[in-house]
Amino acid sequence: MPSLSRTEVEDIALLARLHLEPDELARMQDELGAIIEHFGALAAVDTEGVAPMTHAVPMDLALRPDVVAPSLPVEDALRGAPARAGDLFVVPAIIAGTE
Amino acid sequence: MSEWLSAGETARRIAAGELTALRAVDAYLRRIANLDRELGAFLALDSEGARHAAQQVDAARAAGAALGPLAGVPVALKDVLVTRGLATTAASKILDGWIPPYDATCVERLRGAGAIVLGKLNCDEFAMGSSTERSAFKKTKNPWDRTRVPGGSSGGSSAAVAAALCAASLGTDTGGSIRQPAAFCGVVGMKPTYGRVSRYGVVAFASSLDQVGPLARTVGDAALVLEVIAGLDPRDATSLDAPVPRYRDALTGEVKALRIGLPHEYFDGAQIDGEVRAALDRTIAALRERGAEMVDIALPHTEHALPAYYVVAPAEASSNLARYDGVRYGKRAEAADLLDLYRRSRGAGFGPEVKRRIMLGTYALRSGYYDAYYKKAQQVRALIKRDFDKAFHHVDAILTPTTPTAAFRFGAKSTPLEMYAGDIFTLACNLAGLPGISVPCGLTGDGLPIGAQLLGRPLDEATLLRAGQVIEAAVGLGDRRPGAIA
Repeated sequence: MPSLSRTEVEDIALLARLHLEPDELARMQDELGAIIEHFGALAAVDTEGVAPMTHAVPMDLALRPDVVAPSLPVEDALRGAPARAGDLFVVPAIIAGTE
Repeated sequence: MSEWLSAGETARRIAAGELTALRAVDAYLRRIANLDRELGAFLALDSEGARHAAQQVDAARAAGAALGPLAGVPVALKDVLVTRGLATTAASKILDGWIPPYDATCVERLRGAGAIVLGKLNCDEFAMGSSTERSAFKKTKNPWDRTRVPGGSSGGSSAAVAAALCAASLGTDTGGSIRQPAAFCGVVGMKPTYGRVSRYGVVAFASSLDQVGPLARTVGDAALVLEVIAGLDPRDATSLDAPVPRYRDALTGEVKALRIGLPHEYFDGAQIDGEVRAALDRTIAALRERGAEMVDIALPHTEHALPAYYVVAPAEASSNLARYDGVRYGKRAEAADLLDLYRRSRGAGFGPEVKRRIMLGTYALRSGYYDAYYKKAQQVRALIKRDFDKAFHHVDAILTPTTPTAAFRFGAKSTPLEMYAGDIFTLACNLAGLPGISVPCGLTGDGLPIGAQLLGRPLDEATLLRAGQVIEAAVGLGDRRPGAIA
């Protein structure tokens, strides 16, 4: 039995904001299932009392003075935009059917 | 001029007036024109920009200005490093045609040192892969055998250096992506300590693991390039505020009394190829002969590095790649509403491996699953780091094979898990944030390069370079060059 159901794969794809074609969904179900089974080995490792390592090097949060400094000009930042109006990025309606 | 000159020697000749930067650049551009159609290392060339920069170096020299340590040296960059005015794709269709408005810090530093950027190099899409077969654009061939992969994800970077299409290159390494292709192509590749090199302007894959580093034909060149790109950068809050040594000074040719650990977990497994094992045995003997003390050590959590990595890296990737949404830059698909725009742009723009990792990461970070996967993997990561901390009480560096086998054939790894398993010897270094280097240590009977990996204490790149150079001199490839390209 596959370790992931088709519905679960569809749910994850929605969370990940990925449109997958039916054949991709089927392949993903098989492949992810196999990989997740492999991850399962981690469950057997004794990690009682071990603090999770969130970063490779222990470091304090870096702080810097709150001083205005040059940053990317607006025109440069917008140059790669697929659609723009003036200084704004244009996107379709957030709720379907509205303008 | 010879395109096989080291980067250091090229810089010396240009500074001495024995060679002009323009001649050096033109020689490489000619070689690329002749060979890269077959090799497939470059995704973009900037011939005009490179020639212009070369003329500026030559003019500066003529005017008596001080030259940087890489003045006039032609280099090339993995296409995950953003370059102002030069297309950067991360080998993904989702960024096809994007022209970055700024340079990555490492690129800015290379240019500041006088290096000349020839162009951008192929890689696995978003640096996710171990063969460069996952590029959305083209295959890169191994210069030693055209039927085999150059490794990955920095496969264009390793192939271009191995075939002398540039003097040196930069790659990125999240789980072995500099060291493994360096091993497969017979060049030197160094993954510095996490935070040693700024990640500003590096297309992010897994932010707690990613590092930029050099690929070069000699250990000396790797040291030279690292010197230039390393150091604190206020634009990367994780870059380390530690002085950058003159790494070239560390290359004394001496390993006397250096204690080098041999972790049995990396040698005793059935997965290691006989010829790789034999090359490592010769490397060990050579180091011992030169006075190094070889010490048996244990890294007991090694077997868990693979599953821990393939939870942590995809989890971070799923978060990092959320930015490719078709809104601010990159490809946009037609859609009726915003959610559909996100889903269709990403569905059309990402390739299969990237989608797989985003899905895996999303699965692992999902509400209710976080503790079982991501937190657990981070705890295992702490145990792996602890193994290394203990080992470095007894040894100064650790020697292992870089990869279980030499370069494999195109299409040889048929499932994702098979491909992931090849990373077994390089992942732990990233999880622990340590520096690592791969140095060629011989050829197989079929003439394929084999790499020896050295791992070191945080910020002790100098020891790895020193021992690496001894390996290079004792069992390296010498004058042997790849024969599969003209």
